[in-house]
Amino acid sequence: MKIHEYQAKELFRNYNVNIPNSYPAFSVQEALEAYDKLDSETVVIKAQIHAGGRGKGGGVKLAHSRDEVESISSSILGMNLVTHQTGSEGKKVQRLLIESGVNIASEFYAGIVLDRVKRQFVFMVSTEGGVEIEKVATETPEKIIKEWINPDTGLTLEQAISLGKSLELTDEQIHFSTEIFIALWNVFYEMDCSLLEINPLVVTQENEVMALDAKMNFDSNALFFHPELENLRDESEEHPAELEASKYKLNYIKLDGNVGCMVNGAGLAMATMDIIKLHGGEPANFLDVGGVANPETVSNGFKITLSDTNVRSILINIFGGIVRCDRVAQGVIEAMKTVKVDLPVIVRLEGTNAKKAGELLNNSPLDFIVATSLSDAAEKAVSAAIGGSK
Amino acid sequence: MSVLVGDNTRLIIQGITGKEGSFHGEQIKDYGTNLVGGVTPGKGGQTALGVPVFNSVKDARSQTGANTSVIFVPPRFAGKAIIESAESGIDLIICITEGLPTMDMVKVNNVLKNLPARLIGPNCPGIISPGKAKIGIMPGFIHEQGEIGVISRSGTLTYEAVHQLVAVGLGQSTSVGIGGDPIIGTTFIDMLELFAKDGGTSGVVLIGEIGGSAEEEAAQWVIDNKFTKPITAFIAGQTAPPGRRMGHAGAIISGGQGTADDKIKALKLAGIHVADSPAEIGITMERALHS
Repeated sequence: MKIHEYQAKELFRNYNVNIPNSYPAFSVQEALEAYDKLDSETVVIKAQIHAGGRGKGGGVKLAHSRDEVESISSSILGMNLVTHQTGSEGKKVQRLLIESGVNIASEFYAGIVLDRVKRQFVFMVSTEGGVEIEKVATETPEKIIKEWINPDTGLTLEQAISLGKSLELTDEQIHFSTEIFIALWNVFYEMDCSLLEINPLVVTQENEVMALDAKMNFDSNALFFHPELENLRDESEEHPAELEASKYKLNYIKLDGNVGCMVNGAGLAMATMDIIKLHGGEPANFLDVGGVANPETVSNGFKITLSDTNVRSILINIFGGIVRCDRVAQGVIEAMKTVKVDLPVIVRLEGTNAKKAGELLNNSPLDFIVATSLSDAAEKAVSAAIGGSK
Repeated sequence: MSVLVGDNTRLIIQGITGKEGSFHGEQIKDYGTNLVGGVTPGKGGQTALGVPVFNSVKDARSQTGANTSVIFVPPRFAGKAIIESAESGIDLIICITEGLPTMDMVKVNNVLKNLPARLIGPNCPGIISPGKAKIGIMPGFIHEQGEIGVISRSGTLTYEAVHQLVAVGLGQSTSVGIGGDPIIGTTFIDMLELFAKDGGTSGVVLIGEIGGSAEEEAAQWVIDNKFTKPITAFIAGQTAPPGRRMGHAGAIISGGQGTADDKIKALKLAGIHVADSPAEIGITMERALHS
């Protein structure tokens, strides 16, 4: 789960992570009020969207007066911000952060992520602040300094000091950087983050160390420990159909193709997308209806899949194991009585009682295309989509 | 022959009185697996599925001689259940539970690295040695006894692969789902090591997916250790968009890392027979055996 920069910074305040003063603003009026409260002639106006690269896209600007705050806020609010992370469609800016200006002496990068190979979280810093860290990682990996964190001890004082030294900070600056590094680990650990990035982390001309930006993601599997985080969810950042699917507890991701698919199990769902592509089609979505494909999950799956108007055919691929195929077939038949589906539906059921399931589908008054194998199913779904029969 | 589970298995179920534990426990028992007990704190002294229930793994182990445990407890408690099992001297722990917090798994790993216990999963279908023991949620009857080892990060896609193997006349020595999370216990490499030594395994099917670098590491291991048994692989997620979690917590391409293309390239470099289509896993294995 992702949150906005201003929300992350609000959490930072609870953990004494040093940050400039700032206020969120949802309107130009609120931006002006924030400016009045900040008591700083120069402020930074930052678009709040769930994507990086905001500065390059024109979503981060300096304002040197109340008038400039007004004009810049009104131009950024409502703009469609396109960055390398939003895709070409961009994201509409609905929230701003108004932040006191800081006299930057130098910029760094700090981040905490999971190292899957070492099975530990890793604290990373780099002198290459303010640029894309992925680029640094590929081009000059030696410029990223890492400390792996033992979950029992947390980031130790020695590790935090050593990270500061690797950035060639002065003793006075290391005092502040150590404080902020340990505070960042504490937020990360206690809030069950999956990613925390500060880019840039800055040393000011006054020798303070500050987090100027904050990108914070939470581990979706740990949200039951933090029910309060639900209030930070910005539903407007999520795709409407994906949001709807999550309410049905279905795993759905919208893609750009026109062959809809409904599958049990995530691996098989990805494989189904892949085989659609291999047969010359484009998958419209990823949809895992879970282990139990009953009438309810299947009809919810139909609703979600059909909400995408690009879809021209629907491929149902279920491997019936402990849930027998004839039960699944019955579920599909029941679902199609409640949800109006006027697109070709290709069904491939394999596993226990697959033959009986095929008979059920063939004998039903509903119009199914029953496939005999995985490739047969993909071929039929792709040709039905190309045929465009509606 | 088979690896990890078989005729010597003495199994307990952690969470035996829960909904999942009792449903799947019954099928595990019906398959003929040697189920010797169960654990549910506070329900010690009761009986479930015809076996005694204990308050702790320690009690269960000392009174039944259990060497294997399968975990069905909810995600909030599953990390602690794994640690309890490992500290009680269980040799093989299979965690079926999906949705464990990553921080819990980091802590589990920190404990397990100092103990002899082996973990399979979490977020996995389990392990089966056809005809001998089934420990997990896979449908037992689609499997046939034979000589192919199956290792997979997936659930239903593994059943699909097994089904295709059976269709071309290939049974399995052992089939294991290692799990779809970013941190798992047993890896592809661990299983390849076991299959390398197992005289009853003559070929291996490896099913990977996007995210992480486990497949690349396995490919490198195959090269470094001169693994000679034929391997067939399939990587799911060739059409998955970057930055999106595809159902499994570990199935995500991030920062350009973990793409299907990179994995396929690494596997092919190691001489592994990669099936382009998920419909051709069985037939690719059959061809690899005869090449």
